[in-house]
Parts: sequence; structure tokens; C-alpha cells
Amino acid sequence: MIPYQLVWAIMLLPLGAFIVNGLILRLFVNRKSPVYGYVTIGAIGLAAVFSVWALISVATNSEHLIAVPDVNWISIGTFNFHIGIMMDQLSALMVVVVSVVSLMVQIYSLGYMHHDEAGYYRYYTFMSLFTFSMLGLVLADNLLFTFVFWEMVGLCSYLLIGFWFHKPSAANAAKKAFIVTRLGDFGFLAGILILYFNTHTFDIAQLHSLAVAGVLGGSALTWACIGLFGGAIGKSAQFPLHVWLPDAMEGPTPVSALIHSATMVCAGVFLVARTMPMFVFSPEAIRIVAIIGGFTAIFAATMGLVANDIKRVLAYSTISQIGYMMLGLGAAGWAIAAEINSGALMGSGEEIIIIAKAAVAVGMFHLFTHAFFKSLLFMAAGSVNHATGTFDMRQMGGLRKTMPWTYVTFLIGSLSLAGIWPLAGFWSKDEILATAFTSQPVLFWLAMITVFLTAFYMFRAIFMTFHGEYKGGDPAADKKYAHTHESPWVMVAPLVFLALLAIGVGWWNVTGGFSSFMGHEAEAGHGFMAVFNIFTHTVNGVPLPLISLLIALFGIFAAYVIYIKKWITAKSIGKFFGPVYDVVRDKYYFDELYENVIVKIGLMKGLFTGFKLFDEKGVDGAVNGTAAVVVRGGKAIRQAQTGQLQLYGIFIGIGLVIITVCVLIWGM
Amino acid sequence: MIGLTHYLVLSAVLFCIGLYGALTRRNAVIILMCIELMLNAVNITLVAFSSYIVPQLLTGQVFAIFVMVVAAAEVAVGLAIILAIFRHYKDIDIDNINLLKW
Repeated sequence: MIPYQLVWAIMLLPLGAFIVNGLILRLFVNRKSPVYGYVTIGAIGLAAVFSVWALISVATNSEHLIAVPDVNWISIGTFNFHIGIMMDQLSALMVVVVSVVSLMVQIYSLGYMHHDEAGYYRYYTFMSLFTFSMLGLVLADNLLFTFVFWEMVGLCSYLLIGFWFHKPSAANAAKKAFIVTRLGDFGFLAGILILYFNTHTFDIAQLHSLAVAGVLGGSALTWACIGLFGGAIGKSAQFPLHVWLPDAMEGPTPVSALIHSATMVCAGVFLVARTMPMFVFSPEAIRIVAIIGGFTAIFAATMGLVANDIKRVLAYSTISQIGYMMLGLGAAGWAIAAEINSGALMGSGEEIIIIAKAAVAVGMFHLFTHAFFKSLLFMAAGSVNHATGTFDMRQMGGLRKTMPWTYVTFLIGSLSLAGIWPLAGFWSKDEILATAFTSQPVLFWLAMITVFLTAFYMFRAIFMTFHGEYKGGDPAADKKYAHTHESPWVMVAPLVFLALLAIGVGWWNVTGGFSSFMGHEAEAGHGFMAVFNIFTHTVNGVPLPLISLLIALFGIFAAYVIYIKKWITAKSIGKFFGPVYDVVRDKYYFDELYENVIVKIGLMKGLFTGFKLFDEKGVDGAVNGTAAVVVRGGKAIRQAQTGQLQLYGIFIGIGLVIITVCVLIWGM
Repeated sequence: MIGLTHYLVLSAVLFCIGLYGALTRRNAVIILMCIELMLNAVNITLVAFSSYIVPQLLTGQVFAIFVMVVAAAEVAVGLAIILAIFRHYKDIDIDNINLLKW
């Protein structure tokens, strides 16, 4: 059992690294010194050790909870606000994901950022701050505290996307990311306020009990949940606020690996999972989660098919996979919401909360596995960039021979993402497909098509990058990248470690270990043979795992046919689909829609012109009108002010006489 | 028989003459004299009330002496100012003393 002080330390160690790096070390150490990296790696490494310890403690503890005393932050009258930590299965899982991936990324960055002009100082300072904020976000036990950290990770994301702010594209991408996610955050804040006005508490556990008890319900709960999910849509780049994530790839690649694939963009999924006992009492809200998730999964995958920038392919893949997680949460929650509505689910409030919390196992397991293989893929893409100087896959090719480690790890990550047995992605994706199949057939078919698309675009990326002939790297760099080489060990080692995780973490749930950890009743263990028996496993009589595997293999085969054998060329397919291809390549014109229609016409010409008119006529009119009335009135009244004391005396005398007469007539 | 009323009427008449003069005349010396007139009207009232209502006490009389002292001081300052103004402008018409007016 881990002492609760160490649970605080998980969160505060990266904060310490931030303060040491940002405020103290800079006074003594050159900004290009790797010391900043060592401080960050040390702090996060220790936090990772404590995180794993906490996870084991939670798993072995019968209550699946570590009690951490609250700290009083603000007391205003009767309003007390506590800072508290909620260390249950969900938080324990998330702190492990965040700290382990963050640790790997920090080690990798020592190599990747080595040649950077800006140096390690600013980079590692921001990275520590981000890790602290993200850990705080997943540990917070009340929504207000969650929101504070939610905004802080948004800030760090902004700072790190715009790390190379001298590039206009990076600066613009940072602004875009910040502003688009703010739209969602508005919904999050509104949701929190609705909850507070109805319950007078921010505490998540209390809100769960109130929702189960029926005190919090009806339209208030639905709107609050939709608001919270709005925040999740923004942060997790779900349709229709997905536009910021592909542009966020302007940041350094390790930043993409940590923030824009494994941790921050999954905060939305975490938020929905955290508030799941509220969502299950609002069938409308949980339906929206499932539908948005299922739609985003296939929608983003189609855009991934045609992107030529390797990081953008991965970005669309991230959006798509987060859609899967939302679908997993939504479908499981939808089933429970239906049971509650029909009265089939009986039990005390405590039991219902446990069931609702356990329902997030499906979505969270995919988050867990996805974090490892997607950060692996990003870091491998960074390794490729390190060798070729570009992210454009059309300038690459043939890297398999010169970069064997990168190739193998990228291949493992892709196989895992595509859902190939027996890698991690297969197990987590299979769970989501099975859940969707039993509760929402339409969404299931969307997800099934996405399996094909995922396998196809990942292997398109592999074949374009690592197979064929090398095409010379960055064309602007004047043959500097003519000869590629493997990256230094400090970059390869994290790749290998994450590749091992990408292979292995899925086995946690082969016999239902993860589900029982999240609170499902323990299933009968099948031992190691369950890894093989999965293909005889059927859902409602359909051998789902086998079908999804075959579809994924077919996707890989299709990519092989087009990009290796070239029986069919990509161009002829593009011609065949014609206008559809153009629409997908141009990202369904969402950027144009937002920029040209909503911003330029809707906001600039409509709303802002209206505001300007109101400002000029209404506000300025009121101010100037008041001033004019005062000036004119003053001009009129000032005639009375002659400056002759004697005249004033006469008025005083007349006034006194009038007062005296009045007193005499009407009495005292 | 001369009663309190007679004194009060006398006082009121004197006060009104003083007030009228203070408010209408333009000569600073005359305004000062009118102010003295008003103060003395008040003194008459004070002494009259005191001797008719509380004859055993001398509060009104004492008050009147205070007023006279203050009035003497005020006249001394006032005449000095008027003298200084006269030396400067060769005139004591208060309509011409308007340097501080806007």
C-alpha cells in the first residue's frame, strides 16, 4: 500500500522540475545544457515509479481506492473549497499512462531536440509543466479543480505547438488549437456551473451519488452532461472541433507523441469516463457520445487515407482512435442507460455507481493500449524525420535498410494499431467492436469499416516510408540528407521499450483481468491458452474477433497491392473516385467552412459588424449623449453663477425667509 | 411699558437694514458697517432674551461681549484688507475687485 504522501508526490514532482528548470537552473546553466533534461527525466521517472506502485496498490487493495486527505484551499463564509485527490482505478490507470509515456518522451527528446536552436531550457520547462498539469487533471477529485488543470494542459499545448514560434505556421497552429479547444471548454464550464447551481457541490463522488439518487436529473443533468462532453469534443478533437489536431503537428514531434496522441487529447475520454455515473442517467447525452464517437472514427480515418505528411496521417489516426474510445464509452453507457430506463437494472445506489464506473473499462482499455502504440508511432516518425529532414512521405522510401530499429518498432506500432493478433490493439479494439455489436449495430458497421481503413492507411504509410527506393529526403536541404542513418540509442531505446508495451499490454485483459480491475465481476480465467482461444470466441453467434482480424489483414493487403505491387496505382483510384477524392483530400472543406463561412462571414461580417454598430451607435451614443446633456445643462445653469457674493446673499436670505415662513405655517 | 417685543422689533428692523445694506451697497466700507449693524442687532436680541427670560443669569450678556470682541477683530482685519485694496486700486467698489472671478 503506497503512503498517501507519495500520491501527492506523483503530481508535485513534475511541478518541482518545472520550478527548478524554469526559475532556478536558468541562472546558472546555459540554455542548451542537457541538465534541464536530466532534472525533468529524474522527476518524471520517480513519478512513474510511484504511479506504478499506486496502480499495484489500487489493484491489490480490496476497495480499489487509496484514501488521500483533502487540503483546504479557499474558505469564503460557508463556502469551502478543497483540493483533493481521487485515487481509484481510473486515476491509477491514467497516472501510469501519463507518467510512463511522458518519461519515454523526455528521454527520447534528449536526442531529438539535441540540434535545436532554442535549446533544452524552454522545452523541458514546458514539458514538466505539462506533465504536472496532466497528472493533476487525472487525479483531481472535483470538477473545478479538473477544469483548472484542463485549462493548464491547454496552455501547455499552446506553448509547445508554438515552440518554434518564429515559423508563422507554428504560431498560427498554436492559436488555432487554443481557440478551437476554448469553444469546447466553454461547454465544459457551462456544464460545471449547471451542476453547481443544482447541487452546490463540485465533488465528483458526491455528484455521482446525487445523480444515482435522482436528486440531479432531468434536463439539468442532460444539459450538464452535454456541456461536459462539449469540453471533451474540443480537447479530444472530435467532430466537429477536430480541425485543430492535424495543424498541431507543427510542434516538435515528441510533443505530438506526448500531448497530441497519448495524453492530453485523451483527456476528453477520461472526462466522460470519470463522469460516467452521471451520463448513464441521461440517455440523450450518452447517445450523443456514442454517435459522435462512431462518426468521428470513420470520418477522420478517411482523411488519413490521403494525407501525405506522415505526422498528419498519425494525427487523423489519433482522432479516429479517440472516436473509437468515445464509441466504446458511449455504447457501454447506452446499454446501461437502457437497462436503467426499462427498470432491468436493480440495486442500491452504491452498486449502480460501481456498475457505471466499470462500464468505462471498454473505452479506457483502448485508451490505455492506444497511448503506448500511438506515442511509439509518433516517436518513430520523429526518428524518420531526424534522418530525412522531412515529414513528407513522398520524399522518403527505402528506410527499412538504413533504419532497422525504427522500421521494426514502427511496424509493431502499426500492426498493433491495425488490430492484428496478438498485439495490444487487437484486444482493446475487439472489446469495443463487441460492445458496439451487441448494443448499436449501425455504429458497429461504421467501426468495422474503420478497421479496414485503419489498416490501409497505416500500411500505406509504412510502404511509402520504409519500402521502395529512397527519394532523397528534404529537397530544400541540398543533399544534406542524402545518406540516412539510424537515430542515436537515446531515441531508439524508448522506441523499443514502447514497442514491447505495444505488444504486451493487451494481454492484461485476455482473461478479463482489466475488466475486473475496473470493477466488473471477475470472469473465469482461461490461462495463457485464452490468447489462442479468442478465435473460437463468438458474440451472439458471430465470430467477431476473427472477422475483424480478417478485415484488418485485407486492409494491409490492399495497401500492399497498391503501394508495393502497384497493380492498381493510387492515381487511378483517385481518378476513379474523382470528386470524392478531392473532397476528402481537402479535408471535407472544414477548414474553409470555418475560416471563410463562419469566421469571415458569420463572425466578421455578421456578428462583429453588429457589435461594431452597437458599440458605435449604442454604447458610444449613450456615453456621448450623457456628456452632451451634462454640457448643455451646465451651460444653462451656469447663468445663475454670477460670481457676485451679494446676489448669493440675497438668495440665501430669500431661502431663509421661505424656510422660516414654512416652519411658522406648518409648525415644527 | 416696554416689553420684550419692542426689543425684538427694534432688533429685527436693525437686522433688516443691515442685511439690505450688505446685499445692495457696492462700497466695501459701508458693507462692513452694515455687517456690524447686523451683529449688533443680534446682540440686542441676546441681551433682551437673557434679561427677560433668565434674569438671574448673565449668559446673553456674556455672549454679546464675545460677539463684540470677535466683531472688533473682524473689523480690524476687514479694514486692513480694504485699506490694502484701496492702496492698490485707488478704489473700494467691490464690483472692480474681481481678480479671482472666472
